[in-house]
Amino acid sequence: MSILVDKNTKVMTQGMTGKTGMFHTLQCKNYANGVNCFVAGVTPGKGGQNFEGIPVFDTVREAKHSTGAAVSVIYVPPPFAAAAILEAVEAELDLVICITEGIPVHDMINVRYRMEGKRTLLIGPNCPGIITPDEIKIGIMPGHIHKKGRIGVVSRSGTLTYEAVGQLMEVGLGQSSCVGIGGDPVSGLKHIDVMKRFNEDPETDAVIMVGEIGGNDEEICAKWIRDNMQKPVVGFVAGLTAPKDKRMGHAGAIISGGEGGAEEKLAVMEECGIRVTRNPSEIGRLLKSVL
Amino acid sequence: MKIHEYQAKEILREYGVPTPRGFSAFSVMDAVENAQRLGGDTWVVKAQIHAGGRGKAGGVKVARSGGELEKFAGEMLGMHLVTPQTGEEGRIVKRLLIEEGAQIEAEYYAGLVVDRGSQRVVLIASREGGTEIEEVARDTPEKIHKVTIDPGKGLLRQDAGDVARKIGIPESAVDAAGEFFMALYRVFVEKDAMLLEVNPMILDRGGRLLALDAKINFDDNALYRHPEILALRDLDEEDPAEIEASRFGLSYISLDGNIGCLVNGAGLAMATMDIVKLYGASPANFLDVGGGASVEKVTEAFKLMLANPKVEVILVNIFGGIMKCDVIAQGIVAAARQVALNVPLVVRLEGTHVELGKKILAESGLPIISANTMMDAAKKAVDAAKGH
Repeated sequence: MSILVDKNTKVMTQGMTGKTGMFHTLQCKNYANGVNCFVAGVTPGKGGQNFEGIPVFDTVREAKHSTGAAVSVIYVPPPFAAAAILEAVEAELDLVICITEGIPVHDMINVRYRMEGKRTLLIGPNCPGIITPDEIKIGIMPGHIHKKGRIGVVSRSGTLTYEAVGQLMEVGLGQSSCVGIGGDPVSGLKHIDVMKRFNEDPETDAVIMVGEIGGNDEEICAKWIRDNMQKPVVGFVAGLTAPKDKRMGHAGAIISGGEGGAEEKLAVMEECGIRVTRNPSEIGRLLKSVL
Repeated sequence: MKIHEYQAKEILREYGVPTPRGFSAFSVMDAVENAQRLGGDTWVVKAQIHAGGRGKAGGVKVARSGGELEKFAGEMLGMHLVTPQTGEEGRIVKRLLIEEGAQIEAEYYAGLVVDRGSQRVVLIASREGGTEIEEVARDTPEKIHKVTIDPGKGLLRQDAGDVARKIGIPESAVDAAGEFFMALYRVFVEKDAMLLEVNPMILDRGGRLLALDAKINFDDNALYRHPEILALRDLDEEDPAEIEASRFGLSYISLDGNIGCLVNGAGLAMATMDIVKLYGASPANFLDVGGGASVEKVTEAFKLMLANPKVEVILVNIFGGIMKCDVIAQGIVAAARQVALNVPLVVRLEGTHVELGKKILAESGLPIISANTMMDAAKKAVDAAKGH
């Protein structure tokens, strides 16, 4: 078991014929069961072609009907990415993972509004994607640093997730699934949504939650954990030293209006029973200590 | 991206939001001419910098004669204006706004933000105008009124009017206030704003509502579809190092410490700054080289850090994913040779092709201090800074 995706998931790549889409689709196809998982690509106007044996379709709907793919991953450039997400939502896919960085926030407000009441879940945008080690990798994370195990990882950041995974490997712990939810202020699944799934997953024993300055998603998740979580959670929040009103790379990583500071987040997480560390080098060891 | 008050007011006027009449001035002569165009006998001279808190710092003055106007404009142009938002170095005033004076009957606050909680735009209004809205929200939250706006319907006249009544706008001006808020929302959406504040919005003695101040921050990711906004960018207001960085696709922010940090990924970059602090030093910058760093990008990153005289050590922390450690190592070696590295360099590589990367660094002959973990790297960087 795992959350959201496994070796039986069928995936289409939106924007497969672009440079980024081709590169990462190939990487994902070559990871674990990828050859059976990555079954379609979508690029308007290029239907009928194929890439590395993967058929290309003009629309998400056609790709879904022809291949049964119910999950999509998006590498479409920012000006067109919101429309790509909405196309997947209209085609009633189960899950859309949007890797694209730099989508205008008003486009995402519109996307979230039009997703209301629809069945599709969204991960991202501006995220590394999701991996269930030794089964399937959907996104841009390096597959080889992971191995199958029983620790869940949810994070707003890319390379910091790899860092946490690397530390888990050092202490001999594999992962059930690792989900990068992305750094944008308006986006799909939040920490709490992923945490609920880890709580219900019989093959996840404990969870690493990596947060970042900006917003209050970590606080919301922490309060849910306090009241509901059956498994140990350890946490880290990046940006203790970040100055106010300076955007730290990610569109969402900004302390503004007196909200979103790392110290405040860590305090709430601690109050809610999450074991936190202020040392990003200690995440793996801390997790091991709570098992 | 930020713009000046006078530019924000021009945008508001295009959308029908009433503001005092005014013109920008780049010299005392401009200022005098503007006052003549405006007529009357009272003018407000406002320093134009990309930071708030100008009034208390001496950046806003009321001139009651031509002589005063000339004097204030002369004093303000070229002055170092230090406000709570500029940092202690302040900003040099290069532009002024000369406006007609307003007869203030009452002051309010109106703002629009992207609210992460609801994932929508929220209108915030308060009867406490002119002050820091954050303080009002903290001390007297009952004075703040909010409307979460349905993206499909926009800001409804009914909701806009209700908010106007709640903040105490007199019944005679409620319709105008509703129009005012609805126009602000159109600006916010159509111009891809991230933050819009009118503080204060005033009711003058003639019963008119006016935007007495205006601030708009735009979404950098949407500037590609707003050349008219991009044209308003004032590079004088931005950190030269950050401008240089953005030319090379690097995300860079100057900080006050002595350890230059070069990292891939925003989250890991922040975490690296944090661990430096944890071990007793301070980061000199935030620097994310991104996922596709080339030798050129790494070289530029080194140049940026070394141009900062406060930097005593450089700490490189890379977790190679798609970006391979050997490529980064080659970049570091090339950069170090090109820029005449004169401070200790601590490098921590992890991830894809890490052994090859370490080998390249070891064989380069460069005096690189190699580290295995983030903690190790931070300790070594802090120690090297002490010995420098």
